[in-house]
Amino acid sequence: MAMENPTSTGKVPSLNMPYRTFWEKTRPIQVAILFLLPSLILFSVFVFYPLFRTIYLSFFLTNQKGLPTVFVGFDNFIQLFQSADFLQSIEATFLFVLYTVPASVVISLFLALLANEKLKGIHFFRTIFASSLGVSVAAASVTWLFIFNPTMGVLNRMISFFGIPEINWLADPHWALLAVSITTIWLNLGFSFLIILGGLQNIDQSLYESSSIDGAGYFYQLRRITIPMLSPTLFFIMTVSLINAFQTFGQIDLLTGGGPGQTTNLMVYAIYKDAFVNFNFGKASAEVVILFLLILIVTLLQFKFVEKKVHYQ
Amino acid sequence: MSEVELLSVSKLYGNKQPYIIKNLSVTIESGEFFVIVGPSGCGKSTLLRMIAGLEDISEGVLRIGGEMANHWSPSQRDISMVFQNYALYPHLNVRENIIFGLRVKKISHEEREKRLLEACEMLNLTDYLNRKPRELSGGQRQRVALARAIVSQSPICLMDEPLSNLDAKLRAHMRSEIRKIQRQFGTTMIYVTHDQVEAMTMGDRMMILNQGEIQQIGRPIDIYNHPANTFVASFIGSPQMNMCEAYYDGTSQELRINNDLKLTMALPKLKTSTYIIGLRPEYIHIPQPNNSNQTTVQVVINHVELLGNDTLFSFQVNDQQWTAKWNGQWLFEPGDKISIALDADAICVFDKGTRQLVHSSIKQDHDELQKGVLA
Ligand SMILES: Nc1ncnc2c1ncn2[C@@H]1O[C@H](COP(=O)(O)OP(=O)(O)O)[C@@H](O)[C@H]1O
Ligand SMILES: [Mg+2]
Repeated sequence: MAMENPTSTGKVPSLNMPYRTFWEKTRPIQVAILFLLPSLILFSVFVFYPLFRTIYLSFFLTNQKGLPTVFVGFDNFIQLFQSADFLQSIEATFLFVLYTVPASVVISLFLALLANEKLKGIHFFRTIFASSLGVSVAAASVTWLFIFNPTMGVLNRMISFFGIPEINWLADPHWALLAVSITTIWLNLGFSFLIILGGLQNIDQSLYESSSIDGAGYFYQLRRITIPMLSPTLFFIMTVSLINAFQTFGQIDLLTGGGPGQTTNLMVYAIYKDAFVNFNFGKASAEVVILFLLILIVTLLQFKFVEKKVHYQ
Repeated sequence: MSEVELLSVSKLYGNKQPYIIKNLSVTIESGEFFVIVGPSGCGKSTLLRMIAGLEDISEGVLRIGGEMANHWSPSQRDISMVFQNYALYPHLNVRENIIFGLRVKKISHEEREKRLLEACEMLNLTDYLNRKPRELSGGQRQRVALARAIVSQSPICLMDEPLSNLDAKLRAHMRSEIRKIQRQFGTTMIYVTHDQVEAMTMGDRMMILNQGEIQQIGRPIDIYNHPANTFVASFIGSPQMNMCEAYYDGTSQELRINNDLKLTMALPKLKTSTYIIGLRPEYIHIPQPNNSNQTTVQVVINHVELLGNDTLFSFQVNDQQWTAKWNGQWLFEPGDKISIALDADAICVFDKGTRQLVHSSIKQDHDELQKGVLA
């Protein structure tokens, strides 16, 4: 039977034909790379190059200018893990994460739930609750310096009202980390609050109506509808706050300078001191690599264990 | 007892004018399938949500089972509700979605499973119990929402346009399914729709709403035959009722539509004046030879639709476009000039000012005819 199909006799489209050249076959990848190029360039200059340079430096002793001099292998790392100061710094960092992340999430969730109610003047409160988003770390730290001030600070005046003796918040090793944590939580609130409020407003109102017809009360709805529906948002906030907490610098620098006696010497601050005060770039680079791995591991663990409880729609 | 009574109920959102529902009174009997129908934005959902307790009642009284229920919480009213968007919990699978309400009410595990199984078999959902709503088609989601209402076994069920997201075939199927389930459980059903086919086919009675006001309440067939005003007349029936102005001359007993078209009919209750008349497309007939009783007129066809076994064609009457529906396949072309016969007995006459029905005479003899056919 003669085929009348023109493509069977004439030119056949070159799909899946063996004589396609390599250049033709990789066409989609070429196009993809073209689109990715701008961000690839930016990432290379500002992320990949510094990252690899840091890893490289962590295996060297360096001179004052930060140039590598002697290759020492893993010596920098070994010394770090033998140094009580560095271990203390890791401990302080983990404590700080523990103080700030859960508290930030819980408090901003609470504020968002309040601000999501239909009340008179709620817009005013929404603005107020979100306002720390617009405050710089420096401005916030200075404000909290005043609040924490042992003699004139508002905080001590308030607690003295309850008969509690004056506390030297930023200079007392028992309280300094907590004081910095409080400042950090306050700084986190605006962003977390706004994201969670957005998540709440995305929940279909009819779910609440439907469950209220069934007789579900506020806390039942919170547990069985709001939290599960909000879980992707909460997970996002947790991940972001976690990474932010590991990278905290500004508040420490302005409030305590790592003191008193290393108690608030978080890892990034320690890195800063080793690199730019002591000019020990090799050691600082090794610390950076360790911090990088810590954040990576914690984030992976979080994805592995917490994400299971997240309900993506 | 689960009748629902509304007495002079009105609704304002946030105490601001205008009234969304105006002074509305109706009694929905226990076990009745009651349809609320009206165009988009007329306040159907608002009314339903007031009955459910999701919106407060600005004025008037709501009684459920004879008791004043204005301030009852939604759960106290012992109702189930199917939302227009189904309101399924996206994070729960079908099983959990269906028994959500039963869990809230702390119903025992065995009873829960029993009701779940029953409802799922009835609605062919057994294979989907472990799926999330996003993994279901529109029709399946709709059935889950329905199952949720069924397992609650509430005496009153409210539905807000539950079929509007489905395709035509599935909609027809679900119409009969819902009706069947309602009969089986004897539920008092309040069913909101903007679709007049649903209203005609499903309800024991229906209420037509426009801009928050009742236009008419009654059996669908009575409303079809005797629409209370021009709004109802044009809203119910598809294609819609043909209407135009006509002058009734009491002395010559003549209804004059224009110079060519005059119907001789006695309307003893009507004064000589201009009225609006309405005639449904199916009452425009093929002229029969040798019938002196019929009123025929020549018209020029300007549009034809062949529906298979029916043919719709349109023509101009005064400034109005009229449509006729003839049985069979008629291969007319636009521009054809044909003769048609009007069934004067089927004409509805409305007051020109108030637009209320002043005359309709479709004989109520279908009951008699039916008796003749029934074996
Ligand atoms: N929450 C609300 N606030 C103010 N006006 C509303 C609200 N909900 C509905 N309306 C108004 O009430 C009217 C009726 O709405 P609705 O009951 O949803 O109509 P339907 O369900 O018949 O389409 C509409 O004009 C709508 O704009
Ligand atoms: Mg509606």
